[in-house]
Amino acid sequence: MKTTYREAMRAALRDAMQRDERVFLMGEDVGRYGGSFAVSLGLLEEFGPERIRDTPLSESGFVGAGIGAALGGMRPVVEIMTVNFSLLALDQIINNAATLLHMSGGQFNVPIVIRMTTGAGRQLGAQHSHSLEGWYAHIPGLRILAPATLADARGMLWTALQDPDPVLIFEHGSLYNVAGELDEDAGAVGIDKAAVLRQADGSGDTVTLITYGGTLPLVLEAADQLSGEGIGSDVIDLRTLRPLDTHTLLDSVARTHRAVVVDEGWRSGSISAEIAARISEQAFFDLDAPVERVCSEEVPVPYAKHLEQAALPSVTRVMAAARRAVGAGG
Amino acid sequence: MTTLRNQGVPDAGHAMHLLRQMVRVRRLEEKCIELYSAAKIRGFLHVYIGEEAVAAGVMEALAPEDAVVATYREHGHALLRGVSAGAILAEMYGHAEGCCRGRGGSMHLFDAATRFYGGNAIVAGGLPLAVGLALADRMAGRQQVTVCFFGEGAVAEGEFHESMNLAALWQLPVLFCCENNLYAMGTALGRSESQTDIALKAAGYEIPAWAVDGMDVLAVEEAARRAVDAVRSGGGPHFLELRTYRFRAHSMFDPELYREKSEVAQWMERDPISLLQGAMQAAGQLRDDEWAGLQADVDAEISTAVGFAENGTPEPVSELARFVYSDRPEENNSGTDISKEPTKGGAAG
Repeated sequence: MKTTYREAMRAALRDAMQRDERVFLMGEDVGRYGGSFAVSLGLLEEFGPERIRDTPLSESGFVGAGIGAALGGMRPVVEIMTVNFSLLALDQIINNAATLLHMSGGQFNVPIVIRMTTGAGRQLGAQHSHSLEGWYAHIPGLRILAPATLADARGMLWTALQDPDPVLIFEHGSLYNVAGELDEDAGAVGIDKAAVLRQADGSGDTVTLITYGGTLPLVLEAADQLSGEGIGSDVIDLRTLRPLDTHTLLDSVARTHRAVVVDEGWRSGSISAEIAARISEQAFFDLDAPVERVCSEEVPVPYAKHLEQAALPSVTRVMAAARRAVGAGG
Repeated sequence: MTTLRNQGVPDAGHAMHLLRQMVRVRRLEEKCIELYSAAKIRGFLHVYIGEEAVAAGVMEALAPEDAVVATYREHGHALLRGVSAGAILAEMYGHAEGCCRGRGGSMHLFDAATRFYGGNAIVAGGLPLAVGLALADRMAGRQQVTVCFFGEGAVAEGEFHESMNLAALWQLPVLFCCENNLYAMGTALGRSESQTDIALKAAGYEIPAWAVDGMDVLAVEEAARRAVDAVRSGGGPHFLELRTYRFRAHSMFDPELYREKSEVAQWMERDPISLLQGAMQAAGQLRDDEWAGLQADVDAEISTAVGFAENGTPEPVSELARFVYSDRPEENNSGTDISKEPTKGGAAG
């Protein structure tokens, strides 16, 4: 079946609402407008305004209300337009959703799912373009998902809703229009393991390319081009940024002996820093080269197309990093 | 405002109960201060002394299935909601027998059995939660009420206004109880708000709101019963501004440089416990031996609670990482699909 990332997300929402009457969607413009990225288009007509619930522009209020509803036995899916806007709800996400189970000594679960867009590449300027999922991955008590594929767009939501703890799903804005084949009966997927999407055959120079979310397509392209230069790649889609599936990373690095981490977040204090540190800590003697990182330039993402593109990871930069790692020159 | 002195005390048994509830909170917290000074308990300790009529009056209006959200000054709310003094004190000792197994402490008391949702130390942070709990009740068709306590300092926070708006817009079954003790830590209301009539702010959101004498437990109870009944019968959110005063400092670290001792003394003349006690005695409803008996009962309760906490066991450090994520069956951690459906669709995208 031909579908898009957006349609896969919508199918996941519809499926969850049909399966469990406790599930409802809440957020700015999710109803009458159809979702600011058209993910929930048509769902209001299907499920009504109680379950496709438009909210005022009050991120802290409605995210907190979602947390309260989860405490009260519902299974809310809360949509925040972009990760930048989620900062207005940080108090509720971090001080309540992430802490209530622990502070209550295990008495109060918060089974909420919070979805938001992330990432740059559409010339939206600094207040709509940042990749802050790595920040959220810093927080104990949260589970952080970054679906990069159609299968994950379709399958992660239901699994997240079964999780008794808060789950944040980051959807890269550039992925919504991505089209491809998805099985008619595609359903829920696991959210504990990273995926090895491509594996080096072991001959010649090899490198592990580690990424997630919106940068996965460019990493796959880089891997294709690198193979033409005789550099074989493992491509790992992290899928879940917290908890990190370190095992899959180490397993790959043990085979390829080199790693490049591609992350649209800023380099300093990033999830790529955490990944590089774990590889250094746990696979130092497997490495034939320092871990390379391809991150966004440390600037607020600019509007002008050429500046924006220069700030972001690119196929060229990923290939250069891979070549450095295998000693082929940058 | 009405006061106990001119209102009288209608039912001796019930008045006795209210008096007992307030004394229980007072004695528990006096003991907390003692234990704090003895370094038995640590962290921040914010006592409710002077404000007991608020929790005592409001809790009377609630049914067991209702929900309560409170702030960091919540020992009294927890106790009067039904959490034992022993579980509260054990929590402050950091013991496994505490109501949160030592993870919460004074500011974060929780109890699932009594639907007591904290214990929130972020000012106004509990208001959206209360809105959500009420939303869940509404969507599930339950006739339950959520009561949310917060201080007047919270009205300066955006979450206050976001919550008022959402609750009113969606007509949710929540009772907001603003404990206006006039000081947000050391900042007087008049120095932080352009509009100091708090009930008026709620009314601005089309929420029925009243200001109530928060030192008069009967007035609080009456207002709370009326409001809870209205909320339960589908009247949407209601709001009480309970005008009260804390007799002690904000916390154990507060040198109280921001208010005159004479002001405190003036408010102490309207001590909610003395007020009710005096009214009952004037009405011939409280003999000296009954008063002595009540105090002896409460002292015994607190003393037993201290013993329980003192003899508790420290939560083992081996349990440190528990309750960050829920305990799950092993197969759910394996990476396989928890709904047992195969992964479909391949990885391309």
